[in-house]
Amino acid sequence: MPREKAHYRNVNENPCHMCMPMGAILPFKGIEDAMVIIHGSQGCSTYMRRHIAEHFNEPVDVGSSSLNEKGTIYGGARNLFQALDNIRRVYKPGLIGVLTTCLAETIGEDVGGITRDYLKQNDLGEYPLVAVATPGYGGTHSEGYWMAVHRIVIALTRPAEKHGGINIIVPNLSPADIREIKRILELLEVRYTLLPDISETLDRPIARPYTKIPPGGTAVEDIRRMAGAAATIQFGLTVAENLSPGHYLQSEFGVPLHNLPVPMGVEATDMFVSQLLTITGGSLPRTLELERGRLLDCMVDSHKYNAQGRGALFGDPELVYAMTRICAENGLHPAVAATGSGSAGLEKLLAPVLADCPEATLFLEQADFMGIRKACRETGVNIAVGHSDGKYLTEKEGIPLVRMGFPIHDHVGGQRLLSVGYTGTAMFLDRITNTLLEHKHKNYRVSMYRKYYRCAGS
Amino acid sequence: MSTAVPNENLITERQASILVKGRQRKNQLKCDADSIAGCVSQRACVYCGARVVLNPVTDAIHLVHGPIGCSSYTWDIRGSLSSGSELYRNSFSTDLQENDVIFGGEKKLARAIDELVEKYPSELVFVYSTCVVGVIGDDLEAVCRAAAKKHGIRVIPVQSSGFIGNKSAGYQAACDALLRLIEPPEGARPVRRLNPAPSINYLGDFNLAGEAWIIRDYLTQIGVEVNVVFTGDSNYRDLQKAPRAALNIMQCAGSMAYLARRMEELYGIPSMQVSFLGLQDTANSLRAIASFFKDPELLRRADELIDRESAAVKPQIEYYRSRLQGKKAAVYVGGGFKAISLIKQFREIGIDVVMVGTQTGREEDYRTLHDISDDGTVILDDANPAELERFMTEKGAHLQVGGVKERPLAYKLGVAFIDHNHDRKHPLSGYPGAVNFAREVYTTVCSPVWKYAGAMGGGIYAAGKSALPER
Repeated sequence: MPREKAHYRNVNENPCHMCMPMGAILPFKGIEDAMVIIHGSQGCSTYMRRHIAEHFNEPVDVGSSSLNEKGTIYGGARNLFQALDNIRRVYKPGLIGVLTTCLAETIGEDVGGITRDYLKQNDLGEYPLVAVATPGYGGTHSEGYWMAVHRIVIALTRPAEKHGGINIIVPNLSPADIREIKRILELLEVRYTLLPDISETLDRPIARPYTKIPPGGTAVEDIRRMAGAAATIQFGLTVAENLSPGHYLQSEFGVPLHNLPVPMGVEATDMFVSQLLTITGGSLPRTLELERGRLLDCMVDSHKYNAQGRGALFGDPELVYAMTRICAENGLHPAVAATGSGSAGLEKLLAPVLADCPEATLFLEQADFMGIRKACRETGVNIAVGHSDGKYLTEKEGIPLVRMGFPIHDHVGGQRLLSVGYTGTAMFLDRITNTLLEHKHKNYRVSMYRKYYRCAGS
Repeated sequence: MSTAVPNENLITERQASILVKGRQRKNQLKCDADSIAGCVSQRACVYCGARVVLNPVTDAIHLVHGPIGCSSYTWDIRGSLSSGSELYRNSFSTDLQENDVIFGGEKKLARAIDELVEKYPSELVFVYSTCVVGVIGDDLEAVCRAAAKKHGIRVIPVQSSGFIGNKSAGYQAACDALLRLIEPPEGARPVRRLNPAPSINYLGDFNLAGEAWIIRDYLTQIGVEVNVVFTGDSNYRDLQKAPRAALNIMQCAGSMAYLARRMEELYGIPSMQVSFLGLQDTANSLRAIASFFKDPELLRRADELIDRESAAVKPQIEYYRSRLQGKKAAVYVGGGFKAISLIKQFREIGIDVVMVGTQTGREEDYRTLHDISDDGTVILDDANPAELERFMTEKGAHLQVGGVKERPLAYKLGVAFIDHNHDRKHPLSGYPGAVNFAREVYTTVCSPVWKYAGAMGGGIYAAGKSALPER
């Protein structure tokens, strides 16, 4: 299998990842009544708000401790205290997340200590204040995301009586995907705690009156009781154990963990559904059976078109895993699988899935878009699937891009993209197949003419 | 200071930055200060300011020395257009890792410059400093000097560590970099006015959607040559010619006032504030530029152009005005010049501004804003979502002008929205810009969607009904 891994590199040319605190904001936006503060200079929170707001088309309020020169030299505790005061006054949140940045970590801020002092000084007792150390240089936004979920579980979960519910821990999926997962859980009559739940908070219906913190999200009380669950299903194959909330719940409270791929594609959705049925002892509802049948029908209808695709899949490792798997399932050759993360181990994880593929997949970790473009040229990629930053693949290489993942800032509707479950998979596949068809129809008259006309004449 | 806008949710420290025209004396507004922690300021950082100003230099390698985020969030997010090189649309980063932060990033930076210069032949590299670099003390000057010598090109450090001030400090860092770039080599002081044609530099236009091209075309028609634009569609060679110009005209003063002042001190180039937003400002600015050169022919051609172009767009503007008359707008933008121009431009289409604020306006901007605002207008500096929500609601604004972060808030509140930011893909300058602006205001304010989403529709949700009507 060909392999190309960037080890130590001096320059990243057009990044395929973002920084840790960016990823860590998202889980906090999926907790009921929560606010989040970035301990660092003012720009960090503003840039991240802008990026997130543009993807979801939602107001995204994030506080900043607005560290200035003085705070940087003498320590930022005062700034952070003030930020906590002001956020509490204006937003009255039920939980506050505090994330650090490059700046805070480099000057050696101990946010754990500062937040403990704050709680004590303000007599706040058990108020949920969750500090997460997320220096921008410490990893990618994907790792920041998991680190935040992990910290939230550690900070909130307490030993609890067995309650028979199931914990569902999700990676950075679209609100529409989260809604679909919840719908499947409800069809199977599963009691669950889904963390983090951005399905309503980051895809908020127009409603009056406007509230500063959007309704929805996982209830803090439910997170506290995750230790009493019958099992955890976590969509986190690529997550390191030390960042894995599911592993923590298993080792700390004995909650059995089923670490599954994101339920995209028929196999992965089957795994999710059958795991649920095993836990609950229920049977497959007719609705899901029909949806599964329709997905199979969709796959058959499209298989010859998909077979003409040579795909480049990029983005968060968890999503790249899922997308590569769907491609393999449908005979679309996953030519390039790339992620900005450096330690996802995609090649090893996907080896069994790709064992029957006639051609090898080129894996890129710590990838940047110059590298991805080069790989696409070399492997003859004709369709790309990933977030908006891949737009140069279209602009410079003429490869159509099916938008998927985060961030999608040049199209609307990133929050409404449905790609999980049997129904979502069919919609995802249709988006890909139709892009291939459109590209083919746009070009085939000219390409056939160029290829054959002169031959016929000569 | 008296409290003009009491509210239990308002942050006490913020009161000094908000005033209501007519209820307080002017000059009372606190501005140009650090943002208050936890206020959810809409401002970005020093690096952002510097990056915005320098980004449109098309043939430069823009290298961000720092962890990946700073580079990720600024990659090709601006609508600045180029007539030549596309190199500026790449975002290069040293992608600092934990070890680099511990052991220093200078060597990595030097190697990064080497690699880039070899791969993308260019005569100019901008190296942006970020927060971490400012703290770990990498000697950017030394690395850049050595690289410049090694490759025989210009490698200019931009001192833009995020925490050393606010976005304005970033403007100044960018201007400092530009001043270094345009400084003539020792003993080669350029003799100005070799060229008999009136020649100007155009400061503070970033050629969003071709705006600088529109203005340059006007000036060419009048007989004024645009020497170079700072920095829309500029390049290394053109920027170096800057000291030769007879006049600097300056649109975005927030970012460029410092550069204009320094160029006057160093090269004796006077500067003039202009604005090409709206019919009135455009006409006034064109006449002022023509008058500067004391050539009646220039002025005649300016008048001719103004008459012709305004006659061509007047019917459209009138159409929109008739439909928008009496609507109320809230303005929250980056700098003072834009806010001032917008108040005037809204009047041209029959709209009153009921709230106006900026991220980085200066004292003199706020004095002007105060002077031209109607009584009762809320004026505020460095606002946050809670304040925007409160004042838009209280003042009954029908539309808001702002950037990406403000847009979803306005929409959620049922308020129409105008994108007046650097991401947009349509020009708002000059005569076509004035029409675009009026049309955009019309399409958002008068959109049919507000029948349903405005005040929760007045339809199914009206009169306390909470369920869909039965079919």
